[in-house]
Amino acid sequence: MSIKQRTKSLQARSSELSSAFFQLKVLNGQEVVDEKFPSFSNRLQNLGYQTLKPSQIDIFQINIGKLCNQTCAHCHVDAGPDRKEENMSRENLELCLSILKNSNISTVDITGGAPEMNPNFRWFVEECTKLGKKVIDRCNLTIIVANPKYHDLPEFFAKHKVQVVSSLPYFSKTRTDKQRGDGVFEDSIKALKMLNAVGYGKEGTGLELNLVYNPSGAFLPGDQAGLQTEFKRQLKRKFDIDFNQLFCITNLPISRFLEYLLESNNYESYMEKLVEAFNPGTVDGLMCRNTISVGWDGYLYDCDFNQMLELKVTSKDSMHLRDFNENILNNRNIVLNQHCYGCTAGAGSSCGGEIS
Amino acid sequence: MNYYESEDLKKFGNITEFQEKMGNKFFEYYGEVFKEGALTAREKALIALAVAHTVQCPYCIDAYTSDCLSKGADEEQMMEAVHVSAAIRGGSSLVHSVQMMNQVKKVTM
Ligand code: SF4
Ligand code: SF4
Repeated sequence: MSIKQRTKSLQARSSELSSAFFQLKVLNGQEVVDEKFPSFSNRLQNLGYQTLKPSQIDIFQINIGKLCNQTCAHCHVDAGPDRKEENMSRENLELCLSILKNSNISTVDITGGAPEMNPNFRWFVEECTKLGKKVIDRCNLTIIVANPKYHDLPEFFAKHKVQVVSSLPYFSKTRTDKQRGDGVFEDSIKALKMLNAVGYGKEGTGLELNLVYNPSGAFLPGDQAGLQTEFKRQLKRKFDIDFNQLFCITNLPISRFLEYLLESNNYESYMEKLVEAFNPGTVDGLMCRNTISVGWDGYLYDCDFNQMLELKVTSKDSMHLRDFNENILNNRNIVLNQHCYGCTAGAGSSCGGEIS
Repeated sequence: MNYYESEDLKKFGNITEFQEKMGNKFFEYYGEVFKEGALTAREKALIALAVAHTVQCPYCIDAYTSDCLSKGADEEQMMEAVHVSAAIRGGSSLVHSVQMMNQVKKVTM
C-alpha cells in the first residue's frame, strides 16, 4: 500500500516556520506568542554549569539528507519527498570516513530523512563496518517496502550487523497513521516482519532492532520500562513481532512539531510541561555531551536539533568536516536554547531514549 | 469568576498552605498509589480516568487523559474505561430497582 502524505514540508509550503531564525524567535517569546519561559541556560547556570561541555565524542551522528518517503506531522527535520536538494555528497561522506579512520569514535549513527534514499548509503555503511565501527541506521521502516530496490535492506543490514532503530509511535493503526501518514502502520508492520525474518530482534542473533516511541500529540512520554513491556506484549500478541528495546523520545518544540503545537493552541501548555518537568539529573547524560552531529553539507552541530535550528558548533576552528579537530571539539561550549527543555524533561530524552 | 478554572489544577499542590502535614501525607500517599505495582501504572491511570468520570471531576479528567496517553493507553481503551464507569453507574441504579420491586410486591395485592 502506498502512503498518503499528511502534509508537505514547511519549506515546500513556504511557511515562516521553515526558517530556523523564526523558530528561535518563537521559542524565545518574540514571535506568535509572547509567553516567556525561564531561560534554559540560566537554569543550568543556577545548577553550577556555567557552560555545558562535552565529555568525549563517542557517537558520530550523520544527517545524511532530508529526503524521505514520509512527511510525518511531528518531523523535526522537516523532511519529505519534496526535500530533494539536501543530500550528503560522496565527497563529504569520504571526509567522514577519513575522520572516522583516525579516531576512536565507536559509533556511526546515520539518520535523515530516510537515510537509505541517499545513493551512497550502502557503500558508506560498508566502509564504516570495514573500519570496525558500530553502525546505527535510523530507519523509518516503510522505506523497506516502498520500492523493490529497498526490499533487500533487512539482509543488507544483517550482513553488516547494523543496529536498526525505527519509529513506531503506537501499536495501532489510528495513532500511528495520524502522526506518520495513512498506510504507514500497515507498511511498518510488514517491514518489521521482514526484519524479524532475517533475525532482527530475535534472541541470540546479535541483530538489534530497537523501536522509538514518541508521543503523537502534546504530551510527554511515560515511563520507558512500562511502555516497553506494553509494546512487546501487544506487538507479539497482535502481529507476532519481536524487538529488543523501546526508546522513549520526547518531541522537541521545533520545526513541524512546533507548527503543530502552535496550530493546535498547545504551545504554551506544552512548554510549561517541559519546563515544569526539568530534571537536573539528566544534564550529565545529555546526548550532546558524547555526540557530534554532522549536517548533509558537512557542517558540525551539537545535536540533530541544533542542526535543524542552524546552531552550528561554537568552535570556530572546527566547524566543518574539512577542519574536524577532535581536541578542539571536545573543548567547545555546547549551544543551548529553549528547545533544550525537551531533553531534560522527566526521565530525560536522547536518541537512545530515557537518560536517567 | 467561574467554578472550575483549568488554571486551578496547577495549584493543587498549594492545598498544603492551609494544612501542611495532612496535605504532605496525602501527596506522599497519592504518589505511592500511582507507582507501578501489582497493577501497572497504565492500568492505574485508566482506573483513575474511569473514577474521574464517576465523580465528574474536570480536573481529574484532564489530568488522567494526558496521563493515560503518556502511559501508552489509546483512545479505545480510554473510552472503554469510561464505559466501565457508566455501566457501574447505570447498574447501581438498576440493581436498586430490586428494592423497589420488593416494596411494590409487599404493598400491593
Ligand atoms: S520523522 Fe522520520 S520518517 Fe517521518 S518525515 Fe521525518 S525523517 Fe521522515
Ligand atoms: S537540544 Fe538537547 S542534545 Fe541538543 S544541545 Fe540542547 S540539550 Fe543538548
